[in-house]
Amino acid sequence: MKLKYPKNGKFGEFGGRYIPETLVPAVEELEQAYLKYKDDVEFKKELQYYLTQYAGRPTPLYLAKNLTKFAGGAKIYLKREDLLHGGAHKINNTLGQGLLAKRMKKKRIIAETGAGQHGVATAMACSVLGMNGEVYMGYKDTQRQKLNVFRMNLLGSKVHPVKEGTQTLKDAINEAIRDWITNVKSTYYLLGSAVGPHPYPVMVRDFQSVIGDEILVQMKKLEKKSPDSVVACVGGGSNAIGTFYPLIDEDTKMFGVEAGGEGIKSGHHSATLVGGSKGVLHGMLTYLLQDKEGQISETHSVSAGLDYPGVGPEHSYLKDAKRVKYDAVNDKEAIEAFLLLSKHEGIIPALESAHAIAYAIKIARNMPKSESIVVTLSGRGDKDVEEVGRYLSKNVKNKN
Amino acid sequence: MSRIKIKFQDLRSKNQKALITYVMAGFPSEKDTLSAVRGFVKGGADIIELGMPFSDPLADGPVIQHAGFQALQKGMNLDKFLSLVKKIRKETDLPLILMTYTNILYRHGYDKFISTVKNAGIDGLILPDMSINESKEFLQAAKKNKMDVIFLISPNTSPDRIKKIADSSSGFLYLVSIFGTTGGQQQFQNYTTHAIKNTKKLLGGKIPLGVGFGVSNPDQARFIIKSGADAIIVGSAFLRLMENTLAEKIENKIGQFTSSLKKSTIAE
Repeated sequence: MKLKYPKNGKFGEFGGRYIPETLVPAVEELEQAYLKYKDDVEFKKELQYYLTQYAGRPTPLYLAKNLTKFAGGAKIYLKREDLLHGGAHKINNTLGQGLLAKRMKKKRIIAETGAGQHGVATAMACSVLGMNGEVYMGYKDTQRQKLNVFRMNLLGSKVHPVKEGTQTLKDAINEAIRDWITNVKSTYYLLGSAVGPHPYPVMVRDFQSVIGDEILVQMKKLEKKSPDSVVACVGGGSNAIGTFYPLIDEDTKMFGVEAGGEGIKSGHHSATLVGGSKGVLHGMLTYLLQDKEGQISETHSVSAGLDYPGVGPEHSYLKDAKRVKYDAVNDKEAIEAFLLLSKHEGIIPALESAHAIAYAIKIARNMPKSESIVVTLSGRGDKDVEEVGRYLSKNVKNKN
Repeated sequence: MSRIKIKFQDLRSKNQKALITYVMAGFPSEKDTLSAVRGFVKGGADIIELGMPFSDPLADGPVIQHAGFQALQKGMNLDKFLSLVKKIRKETDLPLILMTYTNILYRHGYDKFISTVKNAGIDGLILPDMSINESKEFLQAAKKNKMDVIFLISPNTSPDRIKKIADSSSGFLYLVSIFGTTGGQQQFQNYTTHAIKNTKKLLGGKIPLGVGFGVSNPDQARFIIKSGADAIIVGSAFLRLMENTLAEKIENKIGQFTSSLKKSTIAE
């Protein structure tokens, strides 16, 4: 059931191009450029160079012995995307799209960011490839991820805080799209997740598939077989689709973990696939969190990177096709996993990735010791230390 | 024949162009929307466009965004919108166009939504994020309910695509005058004139051409009409005026501004 390059930009009914007409020539130009270069020898060579020499690929597949012992079941391997330059998987995509933008002769790059990881990775790619970067970020996110705002500035990109709407990732995407409409000829929109109008979901997936490709090779070496299960967190879903896609035809169970926030029943969450319904946002038909009138809901998660009411259309397809099981982990469980991994393995995970860790511990317990789980550790958690501190002090106060 | 078609025929016989005026339903309140509509009618607007707010209006600039958020905060929804349309229908027979985003229709179901608003008195639909490539189900539902569908084109739309979009449109075709979102206030550049002239040539009189986004005063309206447009669409300028006007004066102020714009659509 491996999905081939989708015709008309669709994954079944999902995906497509629901966009203002001004952007149609821009996405067509992008698609043509992508199709031209994706298998181009020189392009692949240059991308490979930057991925190895600049970003630090391949990343290790680390057997987390202490965590495995703690869970007391299947072996837990961590795919260490947190060790990449910039501290997250996002650089796989920004280098790829940055090199593409350069070939398209676009000098100005715009991007959106939630937690700031994609913004930082964009700023790095712009800096090293000699382009000008501007990043839209929800005002609320600039406040809870100040460190990343500072990093983007240091790297030479301009950050535009977005004060419209919910002041988070979805509003940053709206504002980036508005900028793109206005400066469509000169500007390349470097989308950071596997969302948006075709060809973005396909292109971002392809650039992130290096994660799953490496997992497959490494597992065959370490365990002489493909993993029994893989687990990845899902906001827009770029690290997850990059993990899943190369393993689609393998005998591997797949789990996508969304942000359960304060619990699905509370309504304060970002678990689009677990608790959402179909709709149209940001150029794609996909599962969304929305009310009965079609207004997009305010989402909640302790992790800014998962705080998004939509999800990549390929995930919507994989959910309905039942190839991947999507589930949610709430704020509290994610924080516990954050503390646990820090303490037991000396690895501080991003709060986004902590959701995947929490879920992996749960399923490992019910799996035999002979089996293996690979968790994609999509990013490191230095950026989240303050936020976790705030969460802990708030919850200690509540207890007293 | 649809109200929109009849209106354009009627104007042609009078050697006039159409003035299309926009207001956001429920901004700043439902009562004020009604006052604005009365001002439109009094001032001589030819077609009225009603915005239905959406939480993520990515084709709109700050003025319409802000109006939409305020309307949503005050609880604007489909039921309230329908009752507003019914009230307006009691007062005027002018064509009414609904502008919103695709998800609002998708969520209610294309057919259900279109038949409901048609029954309330809406004559046409504008969805800035609906592309012809994704429009099959939407167009079927519109056709079934005899609803006009006004697609948008942009100055960078290719001639072939303009023809395809025009073939799927009814009522009129909406040319976005600038690269940008609604309410941009810069001076029009040559590319806008070129786009109007080229599109008119391509359409060959098959469907009227309306031009909007950034048209905010009578001089700009005249400029657009001189370039060959069959209709001008003014939105954000009305919302800005409403923001700065006391509720009891909205009807008159909007009426005056409407009539100053209407003059530019009448041949001198």
